[in-house]
Formats: sequence, structure tokens, C-alpha cells
Amino acid sequence: MRRVITAILVLILTSMIVFTIFFMGPKNPAKSLCEKQQRCTPAKLATLEHRMGLDKPLHRAYGDWAKGLLVGRTIEYSDTESYECSAPCLGISYTSNREVTDELKEKYPATLSLAVGGSLLYLTIGVIAGVFAARYRGRFIDRALVTTTLVISAIPYYLIALLAWIFLTQRNHFFADTTYKPMFDGGFHPIAWAAALLLPWLVLGLTNATSYSRYTRGQMVETLGEDYIRTAVAKGQKENVVVFRHALRAAIIPVVTIFGLDFATLLGGTVFTEQIFSIDGMGRWALQAVVGRPDIPVVTATVLVAAGFIVFSNLVVDVFYSFLDPRVRLA
Amino acid sequence: MTALTAPRPGDAAANSPEPYLVVEDLTVKFPTENGLVNAVTGLSYSLELGKTLGIVGESGSGKSVSSMAVLGLHDEKRSRIQGSIRVGGTEIIGLSQKRLNQMRGNDVAMIFQDALAALHPFYRVGDQLVEAFALHHPSASKRDARKKAIEALDRVGIPQPDSRVDDFPHQFSGGMRQRVMIAMGLINSPNLLIADEPTTALDVTVQAQILDLLQDLQREFNSAIIMITHDLGVIAEMADDVLVMYAGRAVEYGSCKEILSHPEMPYTWGLLSSVPDVTASTDSRLIPIPGTPPSLLDPPTGCAFHPRCLHKDKVPGNLCSTELPMLTPGRHQGHLKRCHLADSDAIYVQEVLPEFDPGLAAELADTTTDDEAPR
Amino acid sequence: MSDETPDARAALDATDDPGELAEITGDVIEQIQASVTEPHAPSELDPTRPPILEVENLRMYFPVKSGGVIRRTIGQVQAVDGISFQVPAGGALGLVGESGCGKSTTGRLITRLYTPTGGSIRFGEKGEHDLVKLSNREMKPLRQDVQMIFQDPYSSLNPRHTVGTIVGAPLIVHNVVPKNQVLNRVQQLLEVVGLNPEHYNRYPSEFSGGQRQRIGIARALALQPKLLVADEPVSALDVSIQAQVINLLQDLQKEFDIAFLFIAHDLAVVRHFCPEVAVMYLGKIVEIGDRETLYARPHHPYTQALLSAVPDVKQAVIGGRRERIRLEGDVPSPINPPSGCRFRTRCSLAKEICAKVEPPLMQIGKRHKVACHFAAELGQAPARPVTADLLGVDDQGNTTSGPVTPISTQPGYADDWIDLDARV
Repeated sequence: MRRVITAILVLILTSMIVFTIFFMGPKNPAKSLCEKQQRCTPAKLATLEHRMGLDKPLHRAYGDWAKGLLVGRTIEYSDTESYECSAPCLGISYTSNREVTDELKEKYPATLSLAVGGSLLYLTIGVIAGVFAARYRGRFIDRALVTTTLVISAIPYYLIALLAWIFLTQRNHFFADTTYKPMFDGGFHPIAWAAALLLPWLVLGLTNATSYSRYTRGQMVETLGEDYIRTAVAKGQKENVVVFRHALRAAIIPVVTIFGLDFATLLGGTVFTEQIFSIDGMGRWALQAVVGRPDIPVVTATVLVAAGFIVFSNLVVDVFYSFLDPRVRLA
Repeated sequence: MTALTAPRPGDAAANSPEPYLVVEDLTVKFPTENGLVNAVTGLSYSLELGKTLGIVGESGSGKSVSSMAVLGLHDEKRSRIQGSIRVGGTEIIGLSQKRLNQMRGNDVAMIFQDALAALHPFYRVGDQLVEAFALHHPSASKRDARKKAIEALDRVGIPQPDSRVDDFPHQFSGGMRQRVMIAMGLINSPNLLIADEPTTALDVTVQAQILDLLQDLQREFNSAIIMITHDLGVIAEMADDVLVMYAGRAVEYGSCKEILSHPEMPYTWGLLSSVPDVTASTDSRLIPIPGTPPSLLDPPTGCAFHPRCLHKDKVPGNLCSTELPMLTPGRHQGHLKRCHLADSDAIYVQEVLPEFDPGLAAELADTTTDDEAPR
Repeated sequence: MSDETPDARAALDATDDPGELAEITGDVIEQIQASVTEPHAPSELDPTRPPILEVENLRMYFPVKSGGVIRRTIGQVQAVDGISFQVPAGGALGLVGESGCGKSTTGRLITRLYTPTGGSIRFGEKGEHDLVKLSNREMKPLRQDVQMIFQDPYSSLNPRHTVGTIVGAPLIVHNVVPKNQVLNRVQQLLEVVGLNPEHYNRYPSEFSGGQRQRIGIARALALQPKLLVADEPVSALDVSIQAQVINLLQDLQKEFDIAFLFIAHDLAVVRHFCPEVAVMYLGKIVEIGDRETLYARPHHPYTQALLSAVPDVKQAVIGGRRERIRLEGDVPSPINPPSGCRFRTRCSLAKEICAKVEPPLMQIGKRHKVACHFAAELGQAPARPVTADLLGVDDQGNTTSGPVTPISTQPGYADDWIDLDARV
């Protein structure tokens, strides 16, 4: 219970901080919108600012936003126009003039698909590679793995993604089209969906697998030295079973807890991947929002969603841990 | 034993004339970065069903290494093993993994010192017992295996076995956990049980319970037991025969009574004189063994014990530091010792014993004549 | 080795001249080194010395907190529940018991690693300091006089400090010697415990278990304490090394006039080292007395069970197996100990009175106290509880109107005591 309360507090605090940063930030979104149009007079600027709610003091603006999130609010454009924004109201995007919540629902499936596929891939590849490296420790396969992971992790992720895009999508059209194809689009199109995402999945999967293979290898090496492994062998258990059922079962626990957080981070949007492969997901959207006006409602929304995922996954990992390790029971 | 028991390689041999376990000239070396560690050198002994062999030694004596070799537990790639180990007629060294797996936990079982570390912390005790059983009874149903597990827990004296079978190892107390280990070791009624310091980590009352349990089970199953320990009291309670190891070699071997009443090797004297006894008289003294246990990377020349031996001067010349003594019979044919001393028994009775336990020396002086008959 | 009043300490205290100090220490070192491998007799008791440590009704309860947002205390682990004993100056008291009895906690209470929940710990030959009442700052100078040796030589030394740093740290913390003399003193201490003084720059990992234990002892000796609490000092060592370390401790005790509180579960080692022994069970002392009486004529069923459980080497030699008393069940939880006598759930003599009335620790011999309603030698348990008349209760433990004889809870022994033979 304590954890849940703490989690909620963290979320509230995060939203406050992010809102403040962009609200008080150097770039005035109203000004940049104004300058985009032809003549920017102070009067026009003032109107725009009023429309965007930028003329209010910080705490009022935040209060409005928070109220909108919980129960919905009325956004006044001018003395005559107003808009009913129902809960959860994340505001109106400055760039698209649409409700942020609606846009979020549109862009989210891409990020979700990317995150799920990529993380499943790196978890399986990483863990299996790590297990084999530990089992055949000191021999060729182990040393090859360690060197490869070192090399891959030394190259910045965006470079790998870019190179993959250039050579596999642009030059040779192995993976011609990586933009997002929804799975349910007036019908069930899983193949198109998967085919489009395959390259980004592979890139995400292989690069992140490096750290997972190293974690797993380290944990496995330590676990294989434990007394209960010796007992299992002394009982006459076959080597494969000992490695996978006895050793991995114990070694995987810290890896799983790290995975919880990593996955949550991916769910918050993978900016590089989406930008490079032109996937219309939340990461790309957030990037455009920050670099643009800045589009404050969108930015706050995306950050809040990302923070929410991390906090939630933290909770889940804690609870899950007590299932994995029977010696730990939640207080 | 139920009808589910398949015939095992060891069972037929259990009735053959050769003792169930025969170790001949066992040598185990570990290549390390610092050099070759000679963990065990030229070890030979045998053990019959229904008997208990106590192996005494300290850290570095090779007692655990030699026993793990009986089960083939050393990694082939990190150790060099020579010699012969025959369990029920089957040669262990060089045996395929598949055959070794058939024997482990089945013909030969091992229980370890720290039950909390030796039981898997994340699996229930019942599941671990069922695994031990099902591995060697593949045709048994899940229900039968679980029943067997509960029976095993009951046999070792765990109260409410049908509910405790679903508990995790950390939910048991130290003594109960050790009983679980014993249950797991004995669930397939092995012919040979190797117990590596099973009571060292336990309180003395719990230790007494465990030792009693092991003796009961031995009587019931007629198993052979190897009891590895550094505690001479445990040896006195459990062992029929005793093997004393030092620096990887056997240095003394004989029946328990012989070794404890007429030890013939200075290391054994040192072991007896340096451990206080609860029932000793008030003028007994504690005489430590000087020096430290030897390095196995670079063992001393000649007799490995000579740097710490207080009786070197009784041997002519430099024999102790130059020549390794052979294992030769002492007082009786069945009592072997690895020492150059000519008349060890006399030295012990007249010099050593009166020093650390005058009361016992006086008592023994009255009863010496009874033990002269050869074994 | 002489049993006379230790000269070394008095001589060391008497002079400040570095030359003389070095000479005296040098002599002591030689004597100790020569005698460590000699046969050592068990320590003897000197009843004329006053107690250096007097513990009365010491209690330590650890709170058990519930989960949830607000953590309330829902119970107490009664680790140590009202124990009283004395340690004579330059002497030794053994504290034995099985896991969970509270002996290690007691050791830590004496050195004030925990703050006691209640009771008093009077330290000093005139009992001038009560360690329970002192603040941390007031404790600091006294810490020189009370030091501790720990059980595990592998985890009780900081692996990142050199041996010289470890042994010298107490000297620096308490400003005992000027900085430029610290190394000198460290080397002397290393020599005293039988280590090579040139090794002060080495790390603990370069030493064996027995040597590490000696380093711990050297550190404990650095401040010339009057009392050493030894918490299982030899359990983690090889058998052949145990005797060396025990002999070393005996020699140091004689030379430097150090009192010992020797905590162990090995009854044989305790018997050798300590002329007096206290047996603990679940936070209470159930029997305390001098060595001969306790080991030869124990009166408490738990002590009797403990002694019968110790494996017997002699019996293999000359025969005559002791009758083993089997204790059933497990030790109860210290959070919810049994009412009345804590041992009653496993005791074969337990009767109704044992559940209703807690037996007091009463003196039944010149130096012998027992806490049992049916205290007697093995096999001679009385039919009636011996404490019934004393405590003003009947045989079933119900209060009567009879007279109540006050039973002292003072540590130490009085000149008259309850004669059990007369009562039966």
C-alpha cells in the first residue's frame, strides 16, 4: 500500500516539474506561432497567449491542466468560443489543434508494438546467449560472445540504427517499408504489421541483447558455483536440466527486475528508432513537440505517460519478485 | 522397496565378495594458475555394506575431494583424476555422464554440510524430493512420487510431513533442513551414503539427533556410510573404521577403537591431544599441533607432516624430511600407519598420553593386555 | 607459567619510559611464544579477586514491526530476558547455549554494540561504571577497557585495510600513543600473538584463518583491555589451530591480567578455558556454577541434555556409553516464549507448576545456581517441586497463603544457600 501511495506522489511531482520546465521555458510557443503568421502585433500575441492559456500564472495553469486530467475542463479560446474537453483531458495540441488524448490513442499502438517486439527479442536472445556463454565458460563461444557484446555496445545506438536503415532499407530494399502498419485496420493484418516492424525489432533486439547477455552470463556463472547446483548433479540430474531448471531459475531474477524497468522505458517511446525508421509513434511525436513550438500539452502528456509506465513497472516488479523468490514476502 | 524399483547396476554386485566400494591408488590434481594442486595422492581404502567409515582430516587434507570423486562430481576439464574407484563393481573413473547420472542419487548418494545452501532455495522441498525419486523411477506416477516424498520426510522424523512437504527450505530450522537433506539422499535407498560434515553447522543436541537418525537408517537399509568430519567425537560415535588423512594422503587406518585408543601416527596424537574432552579429568592438558597445515601446491619433502612433528628426533638420520613413509601395518595387520617411527605404540602410551590425559593413561595401563590379540 | 599476581601489567602501568616498556614487552613476548605450544592445563579460579564485570537483570528486547504504511511494534523478540552474572578480574566466565539462546546478544550488550532495554552492567573493580546508563560519548574512554574478539576471521577484518591499519586503528582512535610510535606498538602486538611483525603491510586475504584470528586478537589487545568478550573465537578454525589459539588466549590472560567472557557452543572448549560456566536457554540463564559442579553434577535438565549430547571419544576407548537424553522438538520462538519455565515444552520433568510459575535462579551450592522446580542430579528428580514452599505456592503452582522466602537476584554468590538434600 505504501508503495502505491509513493508511486502516485512520484507521478504528481514529475508532472509538476515537467509542466514548469516547459511553461517557464525560454521559447514562448505563442510567440513562435505568431511569428509564423505574417504580422505579429502585440495585440495578436496577447490573444494567442490567452488562447494558449499562457497568460495565466504558473500555478493556475497547472491547476487547470490537472483539473482537466481528472474531471475534464472547459478551454476558453476567447470570450465567445470554448471547448469542452472531457476527462482525461491532456489539453489541446498547439501544432495540430486536436485533443492530445485523441492523438495519443492514435500514435500509441506503434510504440507499443515496437516495444513489445523489440524487448521480447532482446530478452530471449540475450538470456540464451548468456546461458550458453556461462555454461561453456572460458571456451570459444564464451569469448566470442564477450567480444561481440563489447564491440556492439561501444557503437552508439543511433549509428547502428542509421546504418541499418541506410543499407537495408534505402540502398538494398530488404526491409523496404518500416512505417507502421496497424494490425487491425478494417481487418486483421498481422503479416503486414510484423513485416514492417521487423527491421526496427531486429535493431532494437540485437543491440540491447548485449547487456542482457552479459548480466545473464555473470549471474549464471555465480549461480553455477552454488552448493545447490552441486546437489542437483549429485542426485543424478542431467546437465541440461541442471543448467536451465536449477541454475537459470535462480540467476534470472535480477535480470528480470532490470527488464521490468527497461521495458517500461521502451514503452515511453523510443525516439531514435521511431525517427530513423519513420514510425509514427509516441517517441517521434514527443521529439517533434519538444523541438517545435514547444507544444506544451503534448510534451507534458508524453512525459507523464512515460513516467507512469516506469512507476507502474516498478510496482509490478516488486510484486513479481516475491513470486520469484519465495524467501522474500512483501511487507 | 516397491515394485517400481528397477534393477540397478549396483544391486547385483552387492552380494559379490568384493567390498561395495573399493578405492585404489586415487590421485586427484587440479591445475591452477599458481601451479598443480595435489589434492589427493595415492589413496586406497574399501568399505563394505552396513559399515561406516570415518574419514578424519582438516582443510586441505583431501577428504572432501576424494569423496566427491566417488560420485564423479569433479569437472573433467578442471581436474586430473587417476586410479580406480569401483562402486558395486562398476569403475567410476572414465564412466560416461549418462551412466554416472544413473548411479548418482541411486546407488550412491551424498549429503552436504550446509543444508541451507545445498537445497535449492526456490523450489519446494517436496518438489526436490520428487525430483530425486523420479529421476531414477521414470515410470512412477506423480502421485506415487509425492507419496514417496512424504514417506521419506516422515521416516527422517519431520512432524506433519504431508503439510511440510510443500514448504520451502528456508522455512525449516537447521536441524530439520539437514533431515530433509538426509531424506533426499536416502529416498532411493542407496547402497552407499557419503555424508560430508553433515553436523558441523548444527547445535550439539541437534547433532546428536542427526547421528542417531543416520545410525537407525543404516541399520534399516544396510547401507554403507562414509562420514567425513574433523570431529573425533562424531567418529567415536559413528565409525566402525577410521581413515586419517593429511595433505592428500592416508596417514593412518584402522578400526575405530584401535585408532582412538592406540593411535600410531603423530598427527593422530596431535588431533587427540589438542581437542578438549568434556569428560576429561582436571589434570588433562591441551597440547596443540605446532605450525600450520601444509600447502598442496608445494608440499613438504618426505613425510608431509614432518615440519610439525614433535617426534622427528626419534627417527635416525634425516629420514622424515627426505623419504615419504609407506603405509605399513602397525600393532595389527589391520592397523596401517604412514610413519617412520619404529615403536609408535610405546611412545604413545608412555610419553604422549600421560602428557595430555594422565587419568586415561592410568586406566589404559590396567587394560592393555586385553587388546593384544590380533584382529 | 606462574599463577602469581601478574607482574607484566603492573610493570607496564608503572613506567612510561619507552625503553623500559619495550624491554618488558619483549620479555612477555618471548615467554608467550615459548609457551604457546607447551601443554596447557585448564584455567583455575581465583575466588579472592573482585568482579570486574557485574551484570544484573540485563534485558534486550528487539521490536518486531508490522508492515503497512505506519509501522507499529506488534511484538518483542526477547533475546535476553533478565540475566545476572559476574566475571572476576583476570578470570573467565563461559557462556554456553545453542543457537537462539541469546549468548551472542549478551556479548554485544556488554560491549555496548546494542543499547540494553533494561538492567545494569557494572564495570570496574569497584563497579563504578554502569554501562547501560552511559551515553555514547561517555562510553568512549571505557571502550579501551572492554574489547571483543569475533567469530568469523574471514568477515571480521576489513579486506581493504592492511594488518597494520587494522591493529593500529584503536591506538589512533583513542590517542593512546603518539603517532610516530604506533607502528612500533603494532609490531609488538603482532609478535605477541605469534605473527611476523614484518607483515604489517599485508592484507588479511594473505593470511590463513588461524592467523586472521590472531590479527583480531592483536587488535583487541591494542588498548590493553581489562575485559575481553570472545564470541566463538575458535569455532571457525581448523582443529589443530584451535588449540594454538586457545593456549594463546590463556597465556595472554595470565600475562596481561585480562578477564574473559567466553561465549561458545562447544562445551569442551569452554570447560577447558573457563573455571565458571553459565548455561543459557532462550534468553535466560538456567544454570551457572563452577566447572566441576556443572559438568560432573548438573542439576538442570537442559544442562544434562546438553552434556549427554556431546559426542564421547572416551567411550570408544574404554567403553561405558553414557545414556543419551533425547530432546524432542525445536527451540520455541523468542517472540512468544512459553509461560513459566521456558524449557518446559521440551523437558521430560515438566509438570503443572512449570507452566504457571517461572523458576527463579536460586543458589544451591557454594558456587552453583539453578533455575528449575525439580532441580536435582540426573535420575534423582524429586517428586515434589523444591521451590513450592519457598515461593509460597502449592505443588501445582497455585498461590497459597504460606510464607514467601525472598530469593536474591543478585549476581555473584552468597554465603548461605538452599540445601536441596535437606528439603527432600
